[in-house]
Amino acid sequence: MTTGYTDDEMMTVAAARRLRDGAVCFVGIGLPSTAANLARRTHAPGLVLVYESGCLGAKPDRLPLSIGDGELAATADAVVSVPEVFNYWLQPGRIDVGFLGAAQIDRYANINTTVIGSYDHPRVRLPGAGGAPEIAACCREVVVVLRHSARAFVERVDFVTSVGYGDGPGHRERLGLPGAGPRLVVTDLGIMEPDPDTCELTLTQLHPGLTVADVRAATGWDLAVADPVGRTEPPGPDELDVLRALNATIARRGAT
Amino acid sequence: MRTVIVELADGIADLVHDGDLVALEGFTHLIPFAAGHEIIRQGRRDLALARMTPDVIYDQLIGMGCASRLIFSWGGNPGVGSLHRFRDAVQNGWPVPLELEEHSHAGMANRYVAGASGLPFAVLRGYAGTDLTEHVKPISCPFTGELLTAVPALRPDVAVVHAQRADRRGNVQLWGITGIQKEAVLAASRSLVTVEEIVDELEPVAGQVVLPGWAVTAVAEAPGGAHPSYAMGYSDRDNDAYVGWDEISRDRGRFTDWMREHVLEAA
Repeated sequence: MTTGYTDDEMMTVAAARRLRDGAVCFVGIGLPSTAANLARRTHAPGLVLVYESGCLGAKPDRLPLSIGDGELAATADAVVSVPEVFNYWLQPGRIDVGFLGAAQIDRYANINTTVIGSYDHPRVRLPGAGGAPEIAACCREVVVVLRHSARAFVERVDFVTSVGYGDGPGHRERLGLPGAGPRLVVTDLGIMEPDPDTCELTLTQLHPGLTVADVRAATGWDLAVADPVGRTEPPGPDELDVLRALNATIARRGAT
Repeated sequence: MRTVIVELADGIADLVHDGDLVALEGFTHLIPFAAGHEIIRQGRRDLALARMTPDVIYDQLIGMGCASRLIFSWGGNPGVGSLHRFRDAVQNGWPVPLELEEHSHAGMANRYVAGASGLPFAVLRGYAGTDLTEHVKPISCPFTGELLTAVPALRPDVAVVHAQRADRRGNVQLWGITGIQKEAVLAASRSLVTVEEIVDELEPVAGQVVLPGWAVTAVAEAPGGAHPSYAMGYSDRDNDAYVGWDEISRDRGRFTDWMREHVLEAA
């Protein structure tokens, strides 16, 4: 039995709980991959994991360190080329949930993974887009998971790598983006969902022991709050045991 | 055109020239590290490097001053974090300034597909509303009027990839995560494939991609040439090396020492 847990564990468990059994999920590496694999080992054994390296239906025994680990290819239903995964599988809307991380996210859930500061003279150069722009555009819905801070939750992202709700209501439709966009932003403090009318991210759920003021203090705009705001159940012992066992398996040398 | 079986150093000397647009491709699997190290040893300069996922070998090429331009969609140390030499080049111009041309994965993949198909551009549903649109253009479907995005064909001067096997006629066989290598080779004017081994006969393997010898310029045997990435069926990914790179690459001096010891003097 375990009783204590970390903020990251709460975030990962809260994200995993929202993945529906049987859904097809396009998974980024890191927190999204950990949460998706946790879901697959708890309430969602039928969750289908798609990695942008071309692995469809991967069933890794260990947490992969990279999206191209041999474990993913060896356990996949099919391994396809990179143009195929984007053109045949992602673009036509065959993926239910796109599961993304972010360095910055704004009021309208636009995502930045490119630069902090100006593009030509960045304060911090980040890895860039990868598959995220089209994942955010084409999946039926998007779940974003990231740690909460005023540096990450900004009024307007420095660079729009992936579109959430753009400038607000109707923008996705005007851009012709087929998917519904980010339906859920899960952090180490709580859960935010877009307001159905304004598209603004709204705090709908608080993790245990935290207050609305805590979340607002870690958010760089005047964060809307649902009334009433929900409370996250703390991680159960089963969830923590599975998560810790998974984290202990992160592949290191020779792990294929 | 017949494929030539060459020594790696000769293949790089013949096929990769200063100022070329070079794509060393691989999607976390079969990364052509040995070929990249040979480019560094031969002191190539002013390369335009293309790659969907520039990772540690591109960090090394950039840090050693081989590149003046990078065409890419995600530059990082997969599963570990940022590339510090890439960052230093972008943020501080060290050791030389690096011009960026940045895309999404879907955009880069389709640029190679257009190049391999002999078309000037490819069409996809993407980029709309992002700040990534500098190098793409909107295009409307001539049948439905739907607004889509056109990306220009990517046609490298030379593509360099690593594969598991080739036969003596230069037919190349790769399997596992095959990424974008086939498209990169077919899009390029010239190609060099390094392989784990050259065999008399290619035994079929499930999920294989075969590049016929007449579509490849040169093949060089380079066993272990993907390390620290891996070659499915031959080696495992050396994840410790990727994790270790984070520390080595943070400091210019430590990086330079490491490259001297492990690459420049290791031929």
